[in-house]
Amino acid sequence: MTAKPLIQARDLRVSFQLPAQGALPWARPRLLHAVGGVDFTLMPGETLGIVGESGSGKSTLARALIGLVPATGQAIWQDGTDLIGLSARRMLKYRSQIQMVFQDPLASLNPRMTVGQIIAEPLTTHHKGLGRDEVKVRVKDMMDRVGLLPNQINRYPHEFSGGQCQRIGIARALIVQPKLVICDEPVSALDVSIQAQVINLLDELQRDLGLALIFIAHDLSVVKHISDRVLVMYLGRVMELAESQALYAEPRHPYTQALLSAVPIPDPQLERDKRMIPLRGELPSPMSPPSGCVFRTRCPRAEALCASERPALGSGAHLTACHFPGALRPEELAIKA
Amino acid sequence: MIDARQMQSLAARLAQPEVKGRSPWADARRRFRRNKAAMVSLVVLILVGLFALLGSQLAAWSNEEMDFSIMGQAALLGAPSWENGHYFGTDDLGRDLFSRTVQGTQVSLMVGLIGAGIAVVVGTLYGATAGYVGGRTDAVMMRMVDVLMSIPYMFVLILLLVIFGRSMSMLFLGIGLISWLDMSRIVRGQTLSLKNREFIEAARATGVPAWRIILRHIVPNLMGVVAVYATLLVPLMILSESFISFLGLGLQEPLTSWGALISEGAGTMNYGTLWQLAFPLFFFCITLFAFFFVGDGLRDALDPKDR
Repeated sequence: MTAKPLIQARDLRVSFQLPAQGALPWARPRLLHAVGGVDFTLMPGETLGIVGESGSGKSTLARALIGLVPATGQAIWQDGTDLIGLSARRMLKYRSQIQMVFQDPLASLNPRMTVGQIIAEPLTTHHKGLGRDEVKVRVKDMMDRVGLLPNQINRYPHEFSGGQCQRIGIARALIVQPKLVICDEPVSALDVSIQAQVINLLDELQRDLGLALIFIAHDLSVVKHISDRVLVMYLGRVMELAESQALYAEPRHPYTQALLSAVPIPDPQLERDKRMIPLRGELPSPMSPPSGCVFRTRCPRAEALCASERPALGSGAHLTACHFPGALRPEELAIKA
Repeated sequence: MIDARQMQSLAARLAQPEVKGRSPWADARRRFRRNKAAMVSLVVLILVGLFALLGSQLAAWSNEEMDFSIMGQAALLGAPSWENGHYFGTDDLGRDLFSRTVQGTQVSLMVGLIGAGIAVVVGTLYGATAGYVGGRTDAVMMRMVDVLMSIPYMFVLILLLVIFGRSMSMLFLGIGLISWLDMSRIVRGQTLSLKNREFIEAARATGVPAWRIILRHIVPNLMGVVAVYATLLVPLMILSESFISFLGLGLQEPLTSWGALISEGAGTMNYGTLWQLAFPLFFFCITLFAFFFVGDGLRDALDPKDR
């Protein structure tokens, strides 16, 4: 495929300033590096899954892309514009192209607005010329499309179930016909059966509308189901980025292997024989990330080189940020575990 | 068991062109209606309101006339009576207390409602803006409120009334100046907690301009707190106006208010004209009680925990 990438992130960084507790107002604030230099490209119509444990910077990355948190680095849109650091006025044009679906279905809907008003909001923001009736027709079409009864347009969010609320969220994101939808853990708050419905809906809409998706989750099996490529994050950095099939079949980074080994297998026999890769300790503080490879403090294979030098992501189809990639050997697990 | 009739009504409901939603306000209204004390108080308030609006039609004497047959002999002849048309009796000058009370009710309610109204409009917008914008703007705006709050307002109000003369507009200005301060603080706090909710983030991500986020997303979600606080603010405004009038600094005669009437009544209570104190005081008390009960009922009805 020689098409231009839809969005291309280069060295994307997000840091938050934390004023130290009890410090004087002019003291230098401490920096928290939530995202520390992320590179990826996304083709039109592609789905990129982002996985990683809590606090690894997945959601912050998403918020940086739509300009909700200030970031540095570059995120080049299809037409060559860098989205990072655009003024609010110039960003407005791209806001209709990039939409977001949020984690908590109910919390992401204003409780005082009707479903119709909620879904219509992006439309009235970006297409000011539309008449009332036209807006209503489009909202009803979109409700029908995401599997909501269009006659419920005047109901309020609290009258819907979690899955329906998430459908409302999806309808709101799609009404302006975006090219990229960022889904920030869209199914983590839902029951498993509803999860499947919502994911299938997203899958179907993506195929029909040619959307690109960035799908953030901590549920690896969900990501495997929906993604073309998967990006594994740890402490704000990319650990591994590969085609979904390749990554799940043959994970190279020790962190990815540990993450995948924690996925339960719905077969008691296999589950019993499975070898878990235990990770000890906690995620290090992003205030003072470890030198070199950020994962080295918990890696069963860490050596002196890992502390001194930061591994590069490299190039190719299967990218791994590790000095010693490859499957972990049983003796390595035995020593460290 | 689901019977056929129920199924039919469900089917009819689903087939309607547009189903009507049950808004959070409607829920609150239902909860409020179940609160007996609040409903009784609401009825009392409506009656007091009607008394203020229509009372002058019922009065046999206007509030400007003096009954010269009673003047100077209020303790003997001025007691409440149906025969001579002074339902609530008269004051020492022979003015009809019924129409005076009607007039005082009008003035006091107006002071309360306008004071609370200023607080709601100014305080809500000021607080919501400060909370939503945040950062340095917020710090500057809220320090200004702190500075204004630290001024002993009763003292300033008295000075204003002494220097610029006693007038209705001066009273409104003075009360309006201070009434919104508390409200803006409350609203700012609520805004801070709302600001990071996901639906605000969703609106920001879509590119909704800040003023529309404040007006469409933040303010409607604040209205519960604001409504409760406003109903509690009305009696406070009435109280402070009454206090000023009681000191003799409020309104210029012949205008009157509950505070002024109570003051007059209290001044003559030793001379056997207790009705001059009792009637204004009765209206004053039931109105304050009713406002507080309604505020309480609203708070229960709009409790965010039940949403």
